[in-house]
Formats: sequence, C-alpha cells, structure tokens
Amino acid sequence: MTYLIQGAKDDFEVVIGLEIHAQVTSKAKLFSGASTEFGAEPNSQVSLVDAAMPGMLPTVNAECIRQGVRTGLAMGAQINKFSVFDRKNYFYADLPQGYQISQFSHPIVGEGVVKLDLEGGRTKDVGVERIHLEQDAGKSMHDQHPQLTYVDLNRSGVALMEIVSKPDMASPEEAGAYVTKIRSIVRYIGACDGNMEQGSMRADVNVSVRRAGEPLGTRCEIKNVNSIRFVRQAIEVEARRQVDIIEEGGSIDQETRLFDPVKGETRSMRSKEEAHDYRYFPDPDLLPVEFDDAFIDAARDSLPELPDTKKARFMESLGLNEYTASVLVAEKEQADFFEALLNALVATSKSDPAKVASKAANWLTGDLFGALNKAGKTIADTPVSASQGAALLALVEDGTISGRIAKDVFEIMFETGKDAEAIVEEKGLKQVSDTGAIEAIIDEIIAGNQGQVEQYRAGKTKLMGFFVGQVMKATQGKANPGVVNQLLKPKLDG
Amino acid sequence: MTDLTKLKIAEARDLLAKGDISSRELTEAHIEAVDAADGLNVFVAKTPETALRHADAADAKIKAGDAKGMTGIPVGVKDLYATKGVHTQACSHILDGFKPEYESTVTQNLWNDGAVMLGKLNMDEFAMGSSNENSCYGPVKNPWRAKGSNSDFVPGGSSGGSVASVAGYIAMGATASDTGGSIRQPASFTGTFGFKPTYGRCSRYGMVAFASSLDQAGTITRDVRDGAIMMESIAGFDAKDSTSVDLPVPNFEAALTGDIRGMKIGIPQEYHLAGMPGEIEALWHKGIEWLKAAGAEVVDINLAHTKYALPAYYIVAPAEASSNLARYDGVRYGLRENTDGGGLDDMYYTTRAAGFGEEVKRRVMIGTYVLSAGYYDAYYLKAQKVRQLIANDFKAVFKKVDAILTPTAPSAAFAFGEKSDDPLAMYLNDVFTVPASLAGLPGASVPAGLDKDGLPLGLQVLGKPWDEETVFKVSGVLEEAAGFSAEPELWWR
Repeated sequence: MTYLIQGAKDDFEVVIGLEIHAQVTSKAKLFSGASTEFGAEPNSQVSLVDAAMPGMLPTVNAECIRQGVRTGLAMGAQINKFSVFDRKNYFYADLPQGYQISQFSHPIVGEGVVKLDLEGGRTKDVGVERIHLEQDAGKSMHDQHPQLTYVDLNRSGVALMEIVSKPDMASPEEAGAYVTKIRSIVRYIGACDGNMEQGSMRADVNVSVRRAGEPLGTRCEIKNVNSIRFVRQAIEVEARRQVDIIEEGGSIDQETRLFDPVKGETRSMRSKEEAHDYRYFPDPDLLPVEFDDAFIDAARDSLPELPDTKKARFMESLGLNEYTASVLVAEKEQADFFEALLNALVATSKSDPAKVASKAANWLTGDLFGALNKAGKTIADTPVSASQGAALLALVEDGTISGRIAKDVFEIMFETGKDAEAIVEEKGLKQVSDTGAIEAIIDEIIAGNQGQVEQYRAGKTKLMGFFVGQVMKATQGKANPGVVNQLLKPKLDG
Repeated sequence: MTDLTKLKIAEARDLLAKGDISSRELTEAHIEAVDAADGLNVFVAKTPETALRHADAADAKIKAGDAKGMTGIPVGVKDLYATKGVHTQACSHILDGFKPEYESTVTQNLWNDGAVMLGKLNMDEFAMGSSNENSCYGPVKNPWRAKGSNSDFVPGGSSGGSVASVAGYIAMGATASDTGGSIRQPASFTGTFGFKPTYGRCSRYGMVAFASSLDQAGTITRDVRDGAIMMESIAGFDAKDSTSVDLPVPNFEAALTGDIRGMKIGIPQEYHLAGMPGEIEALWHKGIEWLKAAGAEVVDINLAHTKYALPAYYIVAPAEASSNLARYDGVRYGLRENTDGGGLDDMYYTTRAAGFGEEVKRRVMIGTYVLSAGYYDAYYLKAQKVRQLIANDFKAVFKKVDAILTPTAPSAAFAFGEKSDDPLAMYLNDVFTVPASLAGLPGASVPAGLDKDGLPLGLQVLGKPWDEETVFKVSGVLEEAAGFSAEPELWWR
C-alpha cells in the first residue's frame, strides 16, 4: 500500500531519510572526563577541554568508540577499523571550540540495515548509510534575561552517534517505525537511553516529494525533531507544503527548516545560500581511530539478543502470534518482564513453556499493560512484579481460581501490591469444583426457571449461557466453569 | 663572586650541588637582570615572588640530595605556555587578562624538577612571525648590535623573548616553541642554542595552539649541554596529548661524547639558495670542514621537494590556525567587545577585529580560504600531499645519513621594519627550518660564527625521528669546533 499525497492534479510520493542523533551512554564525554549526567546545575559538568580553554586538547574516550562499534554491529553494519575525527568549523556561542569534532570522510561505521515492523505484520528493510561519532554542543538559553543569552556547557562535548539512513522511507508511518526501531536497538544494547524528552535522541528529517516515476525531488531538512509523533507530523505537513508549491508551478528550495508542533507547520531556518561552509578537515589534535578484529569480536560478544531475533524466537519456539511478539519485543524492559514472567510460571506450574506462553503474553499485554496505561505508569514502575504475575497465572492454571476471578484478584494486586494467594485466601475466592455442591445449585436453578428450560428443550440452545450465568452468579463466580458445563448440559437435555 | 648571570646551566648545577652558591642567590641575580632589561622588552610578566619561592624549594631539594639537572635554575617561559594563575596570552590582545587555572605539562615538568620561573616571555602573537614584531606588547630588541652601531635589530621569531633573555644573560634557559622555525631561526639571530625535538616528544597540553600538527615545545640555552639538560626535563609522554608518543626519554647529556667518527652527514643540495649571502655559504662550508675534521663522512644528498616546503607550510599552518583560533570569540574569556544593540555576530566581528593583530588576521583568512568548499582539494589537500613527499624525501635520505647539516636561516638578524611590510620576504626566513617541521624531525641551531657586521649566524643540524641524541652529539662537535665565544655588549643594563 503506497502512501500518496493527493494534490489537486496528481498524486505524489514522499521520499524520507533520517539522521538520528543518539547520545552515547557513557559516564564521561567523548573527549574529556566530565560527567554526562542529565539535569545537573548549568555549567557544573564542564571540563577545561569542554570549555575550549587555550591549550586544552581532546583525548578519545574508548567507551564511546566501543558503543559506536556495538551499535554498528547491532545494525549488521560494516565496522571500519580505521576512522578519522574531523573538525566541522562554525561559530556559535554554545560551541566553545568554534568547531565540532565529528567524523566526515571516514566514519566508524559504514552501511547496514534495519528491519521495520509495520502494521499488519509487514516488515521493510531500511538501509543505514553510516554511523559516526561526534560531540554535542552546549545549550543557548534565550529566555533567562531580556537582553542577554546564557550558555550552559554541560552538554558540550557529550558523545553523540549520528545514525544516517538511506532515503528508503516512503511514509510518515515508515519513518516513525524507523525511529522506533533504532530507539529499540540502541536501548537493547545499552548504547543510548533513547530518552527523547531529555534530548538523548533527536532526528533531522529529510523530506522530498515527486510524482510517481519521476526522479528524486529537492529535499528540505527539518532539524531537531524530538518525538516520534512529531517526526510523523512534520513529514505530513512538509510533504503537503512541497506538493502545494509544486502544483502551483513553484519549485522547492533546498533549505533547513524547523517544525512547529503548536502551529503544525514547518518554517525556514536557513536557505542553501546561508548554509555554513563547514571547512571539514582532519583534527590534528587526534590520531585516527584504529582497532583490531579482537576489539570488534569483544564488542559483538557483549551484545544481548536483539529485538528481531527475540521476536522470531517468541513466535517460533513459544508459539506467540506476530502482533503479540512485536508488542513484547518493542521495549527491552517489556521483553525482559515477559521472559521473567514465563520462567516463573513454568517453574511453579511445571508446564511446558509453549503451552503457557500465550496465556502469559495475553495477561501481560492485556491486563498488566492496560492497567499500567490507565495508571500512567510504565513497566519500570509496575506494582505487580513478574513473579507475582506468574503466581496469579499459576492459580488459574491449577484451577484454584477461574479466569474471571483472576481479573478481580489482579485489580487488588495492582492497587495493593499484595500476592495473589493472600488475596484469594483472604477473600475466599477459591474456585468451587465440588460436583455435589454445584449439582445442588444447578437443580435449584432448573427448578426455578422452568420457562427457560422448556424453551431450551424446544431448540433455543443459546439459553445454555443464561443457565451458566445463573450458576456463576449463585456461586459468586467461584464455580469452576468446566464443571458447571459438564453437569448442566445432561440435566437440561433431560 | 663573578656575575652569576653569566653561568651556564651545567656550571650552576655543579656549583649548586657543591653548595658554593644557592638557588636563592642565583635567582636574585637573575631577578635583578630581569628588571635591568626592561629596555629589551623581553618579559611581558615578571614573577619574582614565584621565582624566590621556587628557589627556596630548590635549595631544600638540593640539601635533601634530591636535585635534578634543572633544580634551582632560573628560566623564562614563553607566553604561550599556560602557567597557573599567571599571565598567559600568547602575546595577543584577544586573551587580555587571561590567567589559566591549569599548568602546561612542559612547565609542570620543569617545576617538578625544581626549576625557577622568572616570568613570561614576549613572542610574536600566537607564535606567528619571524621577527617578534607581531607581539601586542611591542617587539623584543635583539641584545646584539652591529659593530659600531647603536641601531636595534630584531631577535627573530616567534620565540624572540626566549632567545633575547638567554642571549642577554637575563635567564639561564627559556622554553620556546617551534612550528616552522620559531626556535631555530631566532636562536641563529642571537647566538644561542635552540633545540626542537621530534614532533610528539613533548606534550602540547597547555600550549596555546598555533598549528597543532606542527607545534612542538623546545628550548633556548646558551650552549648544547644546557640544551640537553633542559630538554630532558621538559620531554616525555603525556596521556593528555594524543599526539605525544610513549617512548622513554634518553639521557641527552650522555650523548655529548664528541665522537662522530664514521658518522655520515648529509648536505642537501637544494639548500644552496640563489642570492643567499656569501658569508652564510662560507659558514656552511666551514661547518662541513669541522665535521670532516672530527671524523665524519660528509655526503651530498637531495631533498627534491624542498622548494615546495614553504608554500605547503603556509597552507597547512594557517589552515589549522584558522580553526585553532576560532575559540577566541569573546564568549568565555579574554577580550569581549560589545556593540550597542549588536547581536552575537557583531560581538564576534568587533572582538576579533580588536583582539587579533594584522599577521594573525592574515593567516586566519588564508587558512579559512584554503579550507573552503571548492578550494580544499586544490590547496589544503595538495599541501598535505606535498608534506608527505617532503617527509618521504627525508625518510629516504636518512637511510643513508645519520644527520643533515644546513644553515639555519638565509640571513643574520635584520632591522626593525625591514621586512614587516612584505610578508613573503618575512616568510622566506623559515626556508631552511620549515621542511623539517613539516616532517616532524628533531633539529637544532648551533651558534657558529658572526657575519661581517658582527651579528651571530647559526648552523642547523637535523636528525631522524626520535634520534635527538645524534642531533645533540653533532651539535656538540660543531660548537666545540666553532669555538663561538662572542658576547653581546650589555648596553641596556
């Protein structure tokens, strides 16, 4: 299904490429020992190097190199054993050196591929052009003083990975799925915390449009988009803007634009003529980055199971359906929770993982995720732990409580954090499987509802549900539904 | 007691060790010399209190039997070395008032060894210049004057304050820095021994950067032995400089055996410049004869790409400088010029226009140009290729010879204003020193004679990478043979 923008005359395709800036998870900055912790007092995490004091020199933080390599490996990309740090020269108040140390001609990671998970279980491969390491700039604060701009250099020098895609995406959904997938991968491997609100991840979005079959159109770059939703919105409005211009006989200027989510529009930041000439050249303060196969092997060995592999395993060996598997692996914390839940359930109920996996997954994605969502919480601060969840499911498995009762028990667990067994015990919710007791109740109900019994016997067998409901009502839901069915049918059938 | 300022470092070291003099006496004598030399404009910041504190600590160190070669020796520090809490401006207005909170590794090494800081020395702004006429504090005067003349000469540059302080018996030694010849050329102009080690031998941490791939710390001393002592103190690997190299520092003084028998010395034919004064050619020949007489074998060599060295240097060095000097923007330290109602760009324009001198502006503009889109390949990239060819020339030649002998500079010291209006004539001063800088080689300038006017001339010795010892050894033999004993009159005292 192709995403098309309908113009007044023609339909247009959209071509999208993304540059994702992901802050490397490391204690220290890319070229200095200063801390990278978020939220510190302004200018409290600035080394002499970060402030570009005269005579200060950068030295590479090996951990950032390792994380760059791990990220490349996680995207099946080519790892370059020789890479070079270049200077990207431009003036700005929050760029103390007057240049950003980045990688231009020789990035640390070359081409790779990312698999997008799209609606309806479709997937699509999007090419990664390159990944390079670079320094972040500081932050200019224009809102602290009526005339002056203040500068916070805490972020100055923090390591970023710039992950550059090929222009392989053709819809806002695909672009959103791409950012989701990149975020998922870097979070799985611990190379970036993926926190877009705190600016740990942001995207520059390149958008162009063309009529089907035409060559690529002129692109505009939308800078610093900081949520997946905004990525999608920005593409929609920018593509529409470009189509309108073209249909009115105009042409697209190559330029850098900003997305304003409040007004829902993109605005020009600077044109091609105003574009900086960055005067890249190799940074003479730094040697080329070189490492051997052993370094790459060690980085590869340190990678956890990645989302695509995990999803395939969930489907193949646990029998989960595609949708559920996708939901579970999307966030590493969710997948980890699921595996802990399943392991605990298998251990307590002594059952085959494949037999209980779907039940566990359904409970997790339905009951727990639903409750978390409602409460505005995430899996990280769930009041019901994986082992508590497993204990609840085990009670259903061994017939102690019914699935219906389990939902009530879960609600109490979610509110109080108590264990399932304790709640069941306390409230007397154990399922009744005693055939004698149930039979007595059935007899009473049949006796008291003769009209319905006759209709049933006259062929209106749908009334079976009515009788089951009456029994459950009479037992406050504690009757074992299997036993009720077993006993009820012969009695009704007479 | 004789004038303590006339002592060489090695002599003072021995007297200090024997207890014949104290560092305090030695330092007080030099503080007096510093104050007497205001007319030379050598120091841009004096630190007598620090000097006396260092001296007392040194005396204690000597008493404790903990002395090193530089313990108790009063030295001057070129203004581009960061010295904690002390004026550090690379003699530029743009760093007005700047006092770093950190110490350069080179000076820290000196203080760790017990050396005594007299103050900060004048230099060409950001080490850009060959005459010390580009300092925001005004030029340094060469202690040497022509025979029977009262007119002043430039000391060479950029380490003009360093050489004048040592030649004028104001400091016993001085730190200097060499990017294209800033140690060797001024040493030649002042009858001092200037030593630039292999690129990577000394840490650049805390040195105000001019051209990072060329800048290298070095020393100015009165003779070769003093140079060996001081170099050993400042050299060494430093993890804070990625381009410093982790090699042990040899005992350079031990290399001064005087024995160069069987050694092969190369004479590059391309260094015979048309129009060079005959007396420089003649001095070069004398040098050749001295080395031959000492038992070395002298062979003609070719360094085919020599003529491209100066143009390549004046692309690479300004390119790096244009980027290195971008941090002087008025935002965080040093000079800030604000215009009424002006924005950030206005602040940049006015600050940098007011803060940088003409030569610095020229080089920032050249450097910006050669890195610009559309010119990068034709200039910067090509210059880097030429640089590689020049390094290859040396590499090939050093398979056949142990060291190279050339003149240090194509002229003796010249008068103020003589070349300052003609940048190209000024740049030609570096014609013999720049090729070795581009190749990162160790080199020295040895005082070897006087020209017809009685001004000093030096000979340059170049060695293989990391073979500073041979450079010292050959320099020692030249020094011995030249018997250079002339002294400037102390006219300013």
